[in-house]
Amino acid sequence: MDTRIRVVVAKPGLDGHDRGAKIIARALRDAGMEVIYTGLHQTPEQIVETVIQEDADAVGLSILSGAHMTLVPRIMRLLAEQGIDDVVVTVGGTIPSEDVDELKALGVAEVFTPGASTETIVAFLRGAVGQRATA
Amino acid sequence: MALVDNIPVSEAQWREAYGLSPEREVPFTTLSGEEIKPLYTVRDLPAGAGGPEDPIGLPGQFPFTRGVYPSMYRGRLWTMRQFAGFGTAEETNARFRYLLDHGQTGLSTAFDMPSLMGHDSDHPRSLGEVGREGVAVDTVLDMETLFRGIPLDQVTVSMTINAPAAIMLAFYVVAAERQGVPTERLGGTIQTDILKEYIAQKEWCFPVDPAMRLVGDMIEWCSVHMPRWHPISISGYHIREAGSTAAQELAFTLKDGLTYVEQAVARGLDVDAFAPRLSFFFNAQIDFFEEIAKYRAARRIWAREMRDTFGAKEPRSWLMRFHCQTAGVSLTAQQPLNNIVRTAIEALAGVLGGTQSLHTNSFDEALALPTEEAVRIALRTQQIIAHETGVANTIDPLGGAYFVEALTDRMEELAYDYFRRIDELGGMVEAVKQGFPQREIADAAFELQQEIDAGTRIVVGVNSHTEGDDAQTSILRIDPSLERKQVERVRAAKADRDADAVERALVALKGAAASGQNLMPLLLDAARVHASEGEIVHALQQVWGDYRERPVF
Repeated sequence: MDTRIRVVVAKPGLDGHDRGAKIIARALRDAGMEVIYTGLHQTPEQIVETVIQEDADAVGLSILSGAHMTLVPRIMRLLAEQGIDDVVVTVGGTIPSEDVDELKALGVAEVFTPGASTETIVAFLRGAVGQRATA
Repeated sequence: MALVDNIPVSEAQWREAYGLSPEREVPFTTLSGEEIKPLYTVRDLPAGAGGPEDPIGLPGQFPFTRGVYPSMYRGRLWTMRQFAGFGTAEETNARFRYLLDHGQTGLSTAFDMPSLMGHDSDHPRSLGEVGREGVAVDTVLDMETLFRGIPLDQVTVSMTINAPAAIMLAFYVVAAERQGVPTERLGGTIQTDILKEYIAQKEWCFPVDPAMRLVGDMIEWCSVHMPRWHPISISGYHIREAGSTAAQELAFTLKDGLTYVEQAVARGLDVDAFAPRLSFFFNAQIDFFEEIAKYRAARRIWAREMRDTFGAKEPRSWLMRFHCQTAGVSLTAQQPLNNIVRTAIEALAGVLGGTQSLHTNSFDEALALPTEEAVRIALRTQQIIAHETGVANTIDPLGGAYFVEALTDRMEELAYDYFRRIDELGGMVEAVKQGFPQREIADAAFELQQEIDAGTRIVVGVNSHTEGDDAQTSILRIDPSLERKQVERVRAAKADRDADAVERALVALKGAAASGQNLMPLLLDAARVHASEGEIVHALQQVWGDYRERPVF
C-alpha cells in the first residue's frame, strides 16, 4: 500500500497570488508527498470535493486576499458536514495574529505566515498527519 | 599604457593583490542569480561607448539609456503616486483626499478582487472579498463617488485593473462627463495589460484572444478620443512579485508591449498615433544595481524596437516611460519597521533608474493593508529622497559607471535571449497559452525560496538576525459592515434604473462582441444606463466564454 502523504494544495477565493501555493506544492512533492494542486479561484465547495475525491490526508489553503475569515470557516463547516475530521487543515498567507487564534479554534491545525520556511511546513505536515494516523 | 596580456599593468597588479586577499564565502550574485565580478573597469563599458552610435548616449536622446527627457528631475520631479483603495468608494475617496492633502501629486486606484474578476459585489463568489484588497466599484455611481470633489481635469488618475479595464474606463469617462469634464481633458493611466494577467497576476474574465481584442478596441478608441490618456500600462511589477528574475521581468514585459504594438499595427493603426501613449510599470526590488540596470536596458531596447522594428518616426514613440513600485515581496512580516529601510533603498533605485512616477510601499504591508501612519511614512520616504539626498540634482548620476553599464548590457542580452525563445514558440500570445513564462517564473521563485530556506540568501529578520517574538504593530482592519453596505449599494443601483435600457445596451454589446465592431462606444452606452460591471462581463462571457488555467507547479 502506498503510504505517501496525500496533500491538496488549494487556492480559495478570488486572489491570483499563487506564488506561495506553487512553491509549497513543489516543496511537498520534493519531500515525497503526493500533491494535488487545485489551481486558482476555487470555491469552498470545490475544495472540499477535491479533498474527498483525492482521499487527502491534509489540505493546505493559501489565501492572500484578506477573505480568510469568510472562506476558512465555510470550508471547515463543509468538511464537518461531510463527516471529515481526520484531514489536517493548514492555512498560509497574510493572516493577522488575532485571526490565527480564531482559525485554530475552528480546527485549523496550523497557520503559516510570511517568512515560514518550506522545511517547517514539510516537517509540520509529516508530524500532524502521522499523529492523526496513530490516533 | 603598459600592458600585460592585454591588461594594464596596474590592473594586473590589482588582480594579483586581490587573488591574495581573503574573500567572504558567500555567493556574489544578484538577487536574480547573475554572477558579479569583484571589479569593473573601463574595459567593461559597452562596445561603441563614446562613439557615434553610443549605446549610453545622453538623456532625451536615442537610445535613451540615460533617461527619456533632456532635463529629467532638474525639470520636474517624478510623480509621487501612492496606490490606494479599500472598502467602498466613500472610504477610498476619503483616503484619496488625505493623500492629496499630504502633497501627493497623482492618484492611483486599487480595485478589490471581485471588481478585478468582473463580479458584482452581490455575486456569491464575492462573499468576504468585497472592499478587502481595494475599492469595490460595481456601477458608474460608485465611480462618481470615488472621485467626488476631486477635479478630474486637474489630477491624473491611475487605475489598476486589467481584464475589465475597458468597462472601468467607460465608467470613468461617464463619471467625468457628469462632473462636466470632457473626455479629451482626462489624463491618467489604466493598466489593461491582460497578457501579464495570464502570466502572473491571474485575474481574468475571458479567453486570451477576445481579451486581446478588447485591449485593441480600447487602445484604438483612446487614440482618437483621449489624447492625454495612457490606455495601457505594460506591467512587469506582478511578474516580478510572482517570483521572476529581473531579466524575466524585463523580457516578458517588453515582449508583452511589443505584442500589443504588433496587434495595433495589424489593426491598421499608425504606430506613431498610439505609441507615445504606451506606458510601463516596473518593480523596484532590493538588489539596487540590478534594478537600475534593468530600467536603463528597458529604455534602450524599447527605443530600438520602436524605431527600427516598427519604424516609428515620432521620437516620442521611442520613449519607454515608466511608473515603478517598491517590491511588496521584499517586505517581511518579521521586524516590520525594517521594511522602511528596504523601501527607501528600492525607491532610490527607481529614482536613479529614471522613473516617471513612484509608489513606495508601507512597512506594514506584509501584515495587512497599510494604516494611514504607514502610508504617510512611505510618502515621506519619497519626499526625503527628492528634497534631502541631492540625487535629483544631476541627471543619471550613475551613467558611465563601469559596473552599471556592464550590468545594463547584460540585462539587455538576457532580454533578447528570451525574445528569441518566445519567438520560437510562435510569439507571446502563443507562449502564454503554452504556459512558458508561467513556468519560467515558477522555477525562478522556487529557486529563490530554496536559497532562502538554505540560508545562502540572507533575509534579515527572517533567516538571520531573528528575534524571538516580533513586536506587534497595529494593522488596518476592514470593517466587515462595508461589504454589506456595498452589496446594498449595488442592489439599490440595480433597482433604481431603466431595466429595459440596460437590457437593450447589453443585447447591443453582445451583438458587437460577436462581430468585429469596436466595443468602447457600446460600453459607454451601458455605463450611462447604469449596467453593472458584472452584468457587462457576464454578457461578454456569453459570447466569448471564460478562461481556465491548467494548474502547473
